[in-house]
Amino acid sequence: MSRPLGRIRLYFLILLSFFIIPALLAPWIAPYDIDKMDLIRQLETPSFDHWMGLDENGSDIFSRLLAGARISLYVGFWVIGISTVIGVSLGLLSGYFGGWIDIVLMRIVDVLLAFPGLLLAIALVAVLGPDINNVILALSALGWVAYARLVRGQVLSVREEEYVLAARTSGMPSWRVMFLHLLPNILPPVIVQTTFSLAGTIISESSLSFLGLGAPPGIPSWGAMLSEGRYVLWEAPHVSVFPGLAILFVVLIFNLLGDALRDYFDPKS
Amino acid sequence: MGNFLLRRLLLLIPVLWGVATLVFLLLHFIPGDPIDLMLGDSALGADRETLRDQLGLNDPLIIQYIRYFGDLLQGDWGTSLFSKKPVFEEIMERVPATMELMFGAMVVTIGVAMPLGLIAAVNKGSWIDQGSMIFSLLGVSIPNFWLGPMLILVFSIYLDLLPVNERGGLEHLILPSLTLGTSLASILARITRSSVVETLQAEYIRTARSKGISELRILFRHALRNALIPIVTVIGLQVGVLLSGAIITEAIFDWPGLGNLLISAINSRNYPLVQGCVLFIAGSYVMVNLVIDLLYAYLDPRIRLS
Repeated sequence: MSRPLGRIRLYFLILLSFFIIPALLAPWIAPYDIDKMDLIRQLETPSFDHWMGLDENGSDIFSRLLAGARISLYVGFWVIGISTVIGVSLGLLSGYFGGWIDIVLMRIVDVLLAFPGLLLAIALVAVLGPDINNVILALSALGWVAYARLVRGQVLSVREEEYVLAARTSGMPSWRVMFLHLLPNILPPVIVQTTFSLAGTIISESSLSFLGLGAPPGIPSWGAMLSEGRYVLWEAPHVSVFPGLAILFVVLIFNLLGDALRDYFDPKS
Repeated sequence: MGNFLLRRLLLLIPVLWGVATLVFLLLHFIPGDPIDLMLGDSALGADRETLRDQLGLNDPLIIQYIRYFGDLLQGDWGTSLFSKKPVFEEIMERVPATMELMFGAMVVTIGVAMPLGLIAAVNKGSWIDQGSMIFSLLGVSIPNFWLGPMLILVFSIYLDLLPVNERGGLEHLILPSLTLGTSLASILARITRSSVVETLQAEYIRTARSKGISELRILFRHALRNALIPIVTVIGLQVGVLLSGAIITEAIFDWPGLGNLLISAINSRNYPLVQGCVLFIAGSYVMVNLVIDLLYAYLDPRIRLS
């Protein structure tokens, strides 16, 4: 398993088979209705009918887990999409033009980085209210910073390369130099960053939902399922075990994929 | 060193100003009326007006902003809505608990990561190395809001070895510290391994070996000491991870620290307290980073001269 390309294919296939496709098909392949409650059978342990058991409302945990995967995928897709577009564009502008654009942008980055981890996202969702779209907004508000810093650093290192100078002296407009010449050459670290960021976003969304600041009540986010599960930890540990394993599995595979991509693009590392 | 200190302090001013401004704007750029958020739609008109006056929300934004900064500089962080205590006082009451938790997590981090990384490096390529790196990868991927309940399940419920919830003696600190420290320990174990592996290949190590110095002495006196620089750097960089992770860990264990205060302030819509907590945590993080920067500059003259 040492060849990075083989590892990349394997991890991608695992993600596709066990996370992305099940998440996309969740409404059609879930064995039970996620809103169906059966208060007589609440907290029932795993059985042949209900592989992962029932939760405190008597709902099927496996079906809710599939719906939760859909939420993680939805939030991950939007946060990474928004963060990448904003972060890469601002990083390109900052690194390419330098001067006051760079100074202003880097001071904004400094201020945002002064909020450790999830703090700013927690504060934003606290005032915006618990809602999946507010979670996307809050995580994107901070998510772009990593891309902007990464791309700016990469642009600074290739800005004086001959092919860039050739493009500039031939009179090519700046935006074409940035997007057609610089961007393709700095893409590999951005791809690696995206993979690790996806893992981070899934954990962040779940953390916010766990704190009661993400998915509103009733929405089966993995973090919210874990939060509900901790109140019945003694009688029904399975309510907490399965959503946690799901997060661990998906985040682990994204981290492994990130490692493999880094090895592929930068064999020295 | 004096010049370096002055330069770093000057750089701190715009960052702290930006942080405080962002925290001020949090409450003012929310959709709708902040009073609705705090009291709910059904509050009486008189109560709404009293709170609006108390928070000074009737004044123009710029006046509120100037007053906010003036008050901050004089140490007045506002008044908590329900306890009516000064926000700063309420925050300071919770700081020792969070410090205790962070200290416990740091002990776990260093106590687990350093031996693990060192053993992995010495046995590079062996099953011990592979095993410790698998642990490290799992530790990074495991969410602490799941690890905490699982530790409670095993050590408090099944084995009945450790107490759960609330602050108390050392035994109360073990599970929260493990929950908070595991992820950082995993990162640090990887860094320690690669740093020691790299150092063990250095020429001065070969020289020490050729002089017949014992392997243990080489490892601790020569390799580990030189490998410490990147390790200390990572510990410094990860203080933010601990601060942010403490919010979730405190929620799991009902630990009476700053994170718990922040979450309960959010749930009770006590926004002056929310602002105070956010400002305090971010400000502390900035100050810790400053101290770490100064420490590096003291340890490594190349940094302060660059």
